[in-house]
Amino acid sequence: MKLTVNGTEHEVDVEDDMPLLWVLRDELNIKGVKYGCGVAQCGACTVHIDGEAVRSCQTAAADVWGDVTTIEGLGTPDAMHAVQQAWVEHQVAQCGYCQSGQMMQAASLLAINPAPTDADIDDAMNGNLCRCGTYPRIRAAVKTAATKLQEA
Amino acid sequence: MGRIGKIARRTFLVGSAAVVGGVAFGYYAYKRPVSNPLLNDLAEGEAALTPYVKIDSTGITLITPRADSGQGAYHVQAALIAEELDVELDQVSVDPGMPDPAYYNTALSAEAAPFRSTDDGFAADTTRGIMDAMMKFMGMQITGGSTTVPDSFEKLRLAGAVARETLKAAAAQQTGANVADLKTEKGAVILPGGGTLAYTELAATAATMDPVNDVVLRDPSTWRLVGKEMERVDILAKSTGTQRYGIDFEVEGMVHASVRTSPRRGMMNGFDAEAARVMRGVIDVVQVTDGVAAVADNTWRAIQAVNAIDVDWGPAPYPAEQDAHWQALSDSFNADQQDSRFRDDGDVDAVLEGAEVIEAEYRAPYLAHAPLEPISAVVQVTETRADVWTGTQIPRFVQTNVAKLTGLNADQVFVHVLMMGGSFGHRLEDRVVREATEIAMQMKGTPVKLTYSREEDTIQNDTRQIAMARGRGVVKDGKVEAYDLGIAMPSVVASQMGRQGLPVPGPDLQIVAGAWEQPMQIPNYRVTGYRAPELAPVSSWRSVGASTNGFFHDVFLDELIHAAGADPMEERMRLCWHDPSRKTLEAVAEMSNWGSDLGPNKGRGVAFCMSFGVPTAEVVEVTDVDGAIKIDKVWVAAEVGRVIDPINFENMVQGGIVWALGHAMNSEITYSDGMAEQRNYYDFEGMRLSQAPEIFVRGLENGDTVRGMGEPMVPPAAAALSNAIFAATGRRVREMPMNKHIDFV
Ligand code: FES
Ligand code: FES
Repeated sequence: MKLTVNGTEHEVDVEDDMPLLWVLRDELNIKGVKYGCGVAQCGACTVHIDGEAVRSCQTAAADVWGDVTTIEGLGTPDAMHAVQQAWVEHQVAQCGYCQSGQMMQAASLLAINPAPTDADIDDAMNGNLCRCGTYPRIRAAVKTAATKLQEA
Repeated sequence: MGRIGKIARRTFLVGSAAVVGGVAFGYYAYKRPVSNPLLNDLAEGEAALTPYVKIDSTGITLITPRADSGQGAYHVQAALIAEELDVELDQVSVDPGMPDPAYYNTALSAEAAPFRSTDDGFAADTTRGIMDAMMKFMGMQITGGSTTVPDSFEKLRLAGAVARETLKAAAAQQTGANVADLKTEKGAVILPGGGTLAYTELAATAATMDPVNDVVLRDPSTWRLVGKEMERVDILAKSTGTQRYGIDFEVEGMVHASVRTSPRRGMMNGFDAEAARVMRGVIDVVQVTDGVAAVADNTWRAIQAVNAIDVDWGPAPYPAEQDAHWQALSDSFNADQQDSRFRDDGDVDAVLEGAEVIEAEYRAPYLAHAPLEPISAVVQVTETRADVWTGTQIPRFVQTNVAKLTGLNADQVFVHVLMMGGSFGHRLEDRVVREATEIAMQMKGTPVKLTYSREEDTIQNDTRQIAMARGRGVVKDGKVEAYDLGIAMPSVVASQMGRQGLPVPGPDLQIVAGAWEQPMQIPNYRVTGYRAPELAPVSSWRSVGASTNGFFHDVFLDELIHAAGADPMEERMRLCWHDPSRKTLEAVAEMSNWGSDLGPNKGRGVAFCMSFGVPTAEVVEVTDVDGAIKIDKVWVAAEVGRVIDPINFENMVQGGIVWALGHAMNSEITYSDGMAEQRNYYDFEGMRLSQAPEIFVRGLENGDTVRGMGEPMVPPAAAALSNAIFAATGRRVREMPMNKHIDFV
């Protein structure tokens, strides 16, 4: 089957029910997307499909309905997305393992809702677990990113 | 202060302790200088100035042997070296290096000796010194016990300073200039005329010289990096998805494995892998100790295949049902099982006799570590060497265990430590490496990556200890008059070291840690530890014994203070004799505006615990929202001697509060049919973002010893929450997880 990831089209030969997460990580060697729970409980595997945040561990390869963007496609160290810039500014990460998913979730929230309230942020980000407990900084960084995007 | 002479003097102190009993012999044997691990591994033109700095013609590498599980340890270690070496953090690379005895961890052994951290008498120092020697002997390269900062604080700066002075000497030799006229900046020696010689150009000359050991550490007032706001060395990678973790590691020709071992932590009777063997991508099904592994061409296929194996598991070596675990603890409060009574002031029995005694019982459950990155290891075994790539806090044990399993010598086993997606103590165990090695031995030459599914990671977790405490106390004239606390738990140290084949004689200090050594002056004050029998496997969980005992000790104190009719903050301050500790209470009172009116349905609770030598006071503020508790705000003040990296300090402390409160609210591991009943984050959740309070942090710098802050924020947090719930609702929650007794928003 064909998959477009971060603007590049790939041909992959996998089972229909292989989760997108593992197609990305093991077949395409795109490692920014993380495995945390495999059952939609942690958000570490969050990617965008046609701009919408989805849990790649719960998306079967055959069901991918559009272009996939991973954290690597959101921005790079040399050309960061506003969300990534905000994450650097606030030094959000501890272990950092959850943060790809957090940033992908935040980016999709801000694309839909450029000026989220605290309650909007709570709602949108609640499915993304951070075992290191960086939540105070995630909240602050989402707000900074919102401001950056509005100014841009 | 800070001269190399101080280090020498400390060694001398250990030497003086050689006259004390049997330790004397030990000391003589341990005293041999530790070899420099880098010397073996150096290429032509490279100079290893000290074990922590490596410079060659292509660059400068700072070697940071304490593992980084997310708490910024690499950064802190690098900053300490860079401060004295005069390099910028963006000029260097940071490498955890190979495991070696030269990286023994002195601060960890200081906590293992039975002296209070507030106890600075000669006997205490001497015994800590002996434990130092012990640690050197065992070559423990362990990251744990919040020891990275205290262990590194002097050693790493000294390493940087010795390297700098040696490079200056090399520049003097190369140019004929006078060393006194040389300066250093940004990775280069500045010559008198203004020209520069990069360190990388001096490495070859420096290699031919004796290191300059007569160095004076810089005065803190001149520091450029330490104590200042810095950008963590890993923050860019971790903000762009480019940081690589153990689970991301790949080598050419690697296969993927997943494993299931007994969910009852016992034996495997047999298995039928017929269905698994024919699944797509499956390469093999092999046996490991007490379990079975599927090897495939991708992680998901390996997990699917191992789950398709039909296995017959034997019984658990501990009680099958949770109730029996609690019963075992309850039955442990007796003289035969008494493990320690290091605290016994006044005459508790006499005061309790005939008085109106306040009694309470407390419980804390088993808990999983559940870092977000499931554990994994890549192992390759050949006839002549083994390579291990994994995120571990115990590289030396890993090396030893892989050598044992493979029959290779330890120096044929190469452990490459990778970045960890959290640990919280989880990676102080190494079963994943042992299992990966067992698989790799059955496919010699092929690198095998073993990845646990989240479910396997949860079921096989060596949990936080289960614990129970019983308090009895008396109040008089508005004051706490007698305080008697008994704590029962299985020995974490025995369970954990037992898996490494190391016997641990004597009492287990962790059974009473966070309780017996509190700097409180209660006229009649007793803390007794009871050793419960070994139950389910237990291991070090962020703050270890204090994670349960900080809760028990302080909530019971709070109950007595309320019974006495005293103010919780003022009475704690009155009872606290240790000045730096009292200052944390004063700070947190001021920060939280303690005593001000909160309005209806709100309450504040304060708690204090000294653990790992760090006095920590916390205030939690909650609102009762129609019968459900909302945690609004938390204030933390901790005495750490010195804050090395203020931003990361705040982040780590906030995270530790989220960690402690999340588990206190809603998490436990329970056993039924001999198996952990929890499988994944749906039944072991912790705190979510919407529940996270505002958290205000202050690091105090009144003490003279630098202390690590990876754990000490944890023990008081649950106590402060319980105390706040009492203040808001009048209900006393004595058991974790608290959602068994009260709802949370
Ligand atoms: S791995 Fe997909 S939500 Fe956890
Ligand atoms: S930073 Fe470690 S899990 Fe979020």
